[in-house]
Amino acid sequence: MTTAIRKENMDVNHIKIEKLNLWYQGTHVLKDINVGIPRHQVTAIIGPSGCGKTTLLRCINRMIDLFPGTRAEGRVLLDGFDIYERGVDVTAIRKRIGLISQKPVLLPMSIFENVAYGPRIYGAGGRKKLKETVERCLKTSGLWEEVKNRLKEPATRLSIGQQQRLCVARGLAVEPEVLLFDEPTSALDPMSSMRIEQEIVLLKKSYTCLIVTHNIQQAIRIADNVLFVSEGELVESGSAQEIFESPKKAFTQAFIAGSM
Amino acid sequence: MLAITTFSGLLVLLIAAALYLKARPLLGIHKLGSVILGSTWSPSNGQFGLKPYIIGTFWVTGLAAVLAVPLCVLAAIYLSEYAGPRTRAVIKPIIDLLAGIPSVVYGVWGVIVVVPFISDVLGPYAAIHWKRIPFLAAEDTTGFSILAGGIVLAIMIIPVIVSVADEVLRAIPTECRYASFALGANRLETVTKVVIRKALPGLVAAVVLGVSRALGETMAVLMVVGNNVEKLPTSVFDRAYPLPALIANNYGETMSIPLYDSALLTAALVLMVIVLGFNILARVVLLRAVREGV
Amino acid sequence: MRRRVMETCFKAITCAATGIIVVILLTIIWAIAAKGWHTLSWALISQAPTGDYYMGGGGGIANAVVGSIYLGVGATLLALILSVPVILYLRVYADGSRFANLIRGLLDVLWGVPSIVIGAFGFMIMVYFGMRASLLAGIVTVAMLELPIMIRAIDEAANIIPRELDETAYGLGSTKFETAVRVIGRQVLPGVATGALLAFGRGVGDAASVLFTTGATDNVPQSIFTRTLLTHPGEALSATFLKPASTLPVAIFQLLNTPFEAVQNRAYGAALILVILVLSASILSRVLSASLGKHIIR
Repeated sequence: MTTAIRKENMDVNHIKIEKLNLWYQGTHVLKDINVGIPRHQVTAIIGPSGCGKTTLLRCINRMIDLFPGTRAEGRVLLDGFDIYERGVDVTAIRKRIGLISQKPVLLPMSIFENVAYGPRIYGAGGRKKLKETVERCLKTSGLWEEVKNRLKEPATRLSIGQQQRLCVARGLAVEPEVLLFDEPTSALDPMSSMRIEQEIVLLKKSYTCLIVTHNIQQAIRIADNVLFVSEGELVESGSAQEIFESPKKAFTQAFIAGSM
Repeated sequence: MLAITTFSGLLVLLIAAALYLKARPLLGIHKLGSVILGSTWSPSNGQFGLKPYIIGTFWVTGLAAVLAVPLCVLAAIYLSEYAGPRTRAVIKPIIDLLAGIPSVVYGVWGVIVVVPFISDVLGPYAAIHWKRIPFLAAEDTTGFSILAGGIVLAIMIIPVIVSVADEVLRAIPTECRYASFALGANRLETVTKVVIRKALPGLVAAVVLGVSRALGETMAVLMVVGNNVEKLPTSVFDRAYPLPALIANNYGETMSIPLYDSALLTAALVLMVIVLGFNILARVVLLRAVREGV
Repeated sequence: MRRRVMETCFKAITCAATGIIVVILLTIIWAIAAKGWHTLSWALISQAPTGDYYMGGGGGIANAVVGSIYLGVGATLLALILSVPVILYLRVYADGSRFANLIRGLLDVLWGVPSIVIGAFGFMIMVYFGMRASLLAGIVTVAMLELPIMIRAIDEAANIIPRELDETAYGLGSTKFETAVRVIGRQVLPGVATGALLAFGRGVGDAASVLFTTGATDNVPQSIFTRTLLTHPGEALSATFLKPASTLPVAIFQLLNTPFEAVQNRAYGAALILVILVLSASILSRVLSASLGKHIIR
């Protein structure tokens, strides 16, 4: 189990995961994860299927709580604050750490309402402010031009690529600090995938991005840092250059080579 | 086997057809409209107006719906969104047990518990405090009232509404909820803004199914509702005479008066059509809701 | 903070609603039990009413108890005889077809028909055949009431049986009929048992359907298990089935409608008996479904 390779102090690491262990219905799913996620950079999580990548993601914004039979130990520090501390407001955590899933899931509302859903809950000002927020987020996710004239339409009318961008806009609307992406392009066609990738690269200026992907090419294209997770363990982590060009472990090398 | 199957399917149509056939003699003489809207029922005088009974049915059923629906929806939300599997495993059978209690037993309970409560406790209270409120004015009430019928009926339809509503809510895919949670919503917000919105057609169907069950309920209501149509009801403390009760109470005397049996069967036909109408409506809504999934 | 409070309140309200429902059920059973407990006695069940039973005289409700059992068993058997072929047909011959869905839909509609309407229909049939109010008329009517319930329950059990089982049977050379009867029929037996119990509970508790079809009488129905059954079967059967019979729901109603308190108390006792009968059938059906369900193939 390698720990984070970079010699940084806490400030550069937006999220620090310490001794994270997770059991799901008795099975030890995540084993002693220790790693730091640097601020305002894109970190990719790669590894074989079904080995805990998505689970790790879900631990970071405490979505894992929703799955019965899970037990977590360890700490996940967001700017030094442990999100697993007792009595913490889970919904506030999820506001600060957003999650975009593999398949776009639309809320049963209009396009506008989908994006406005989060801000509304947090009482984000009157109609004018809401409209501004929605517009801003749709622009950032690159969907504004295509939907600006049909905001009141049901969101289901969009193509799947557009739906995914809507989900991104929706996630941005609550003004998070961190964005988690769970295989965001695996359900999309190459064109839409490319657009999403471009957006993520743009987003990292303001947000810390963490992406689970099983597409090595994608990781190579957009990641600044890489975590290689296999069978619930963090095998290796480091900058993208280190991992892809000169990985320290043979396993890592074999995996990357095999996935090309 | 095919024969029996077809027969069983056709049975319901047979029943409708038979009722219609028997009702025709009456309908030949009095038009359907005048039967439904006529205000006097006096077969010995040749008058066959069903209006007071239809109104009585709607009063009792309406009250039952008003009482039952909020309770049922909240309980269904608890069962599908909050309760763990062990709680569900205990509570769902209990609610189903409620569905198994025979109608007469509800009637007996109504007579023992509800009627005295209304006549001794609620009635006098309402006579003083609720005089001004539209539907709640009470003069002397014996307890046998629309309110009693409504309460008993409401309890009888609770299992139907709760179990269908629960199924409807559980059919909403979990991804929807996760998407809402991931944005930082809590369960209240997720349930009210997302889940219920998606489930609305199904929930409405659940209520309609419950109402259709209530419309046809005979014994329990008959025993507590007063069975009197001297005047049209204006308050829940008044007595009423729902359609099923009319049929049940008078069937014995069908032979003596001309057209009486035809009239009662017309009433039965009207009842059947109303109930089936609601029933089919609910099922169609449920089917469409399931098909549109998402 | 405010959001948290509202969420806790909401959870509490929904939990309370559920609790209220459970409490209501318990109150009802409690009230019936409390009021009816005193009148329960062996005499109540075993004796027939005397002439002035409804005015306070002696006797019991054996007429109704036995009548209900005869009615319930008879109707359930009749419904069973009709249901099983339907289930087998739907499952083996018409599986997945539009015809099957149509039939299921029609049966669902039948389920929704109020029992009083079924009673009226039963009465019409009775009159058409020139019969008088009798056990047989009641059995036929209640069977119609039970039919959709039973078919739906057994149908669900039959649906769980994997289609591969059919294919295996065909592969070994069975005809559809053989598959239906020997393979599916056996697998579906637990479902039949639970469905029958469920339908029995419903049938025995219903009053509106038997009100004019079965009538009422002080006599306990003649047992069919007498010697006459062998010597003069027609006479034996008609003595039992063609006479009117009392049933528990109707008896309860009649007892309650008297102005004498002592007699009304008997109504509570009878109601308690009915509740015990119906709830036992319901619980037994659940238990059976759970335990027998272990052995069938899924």
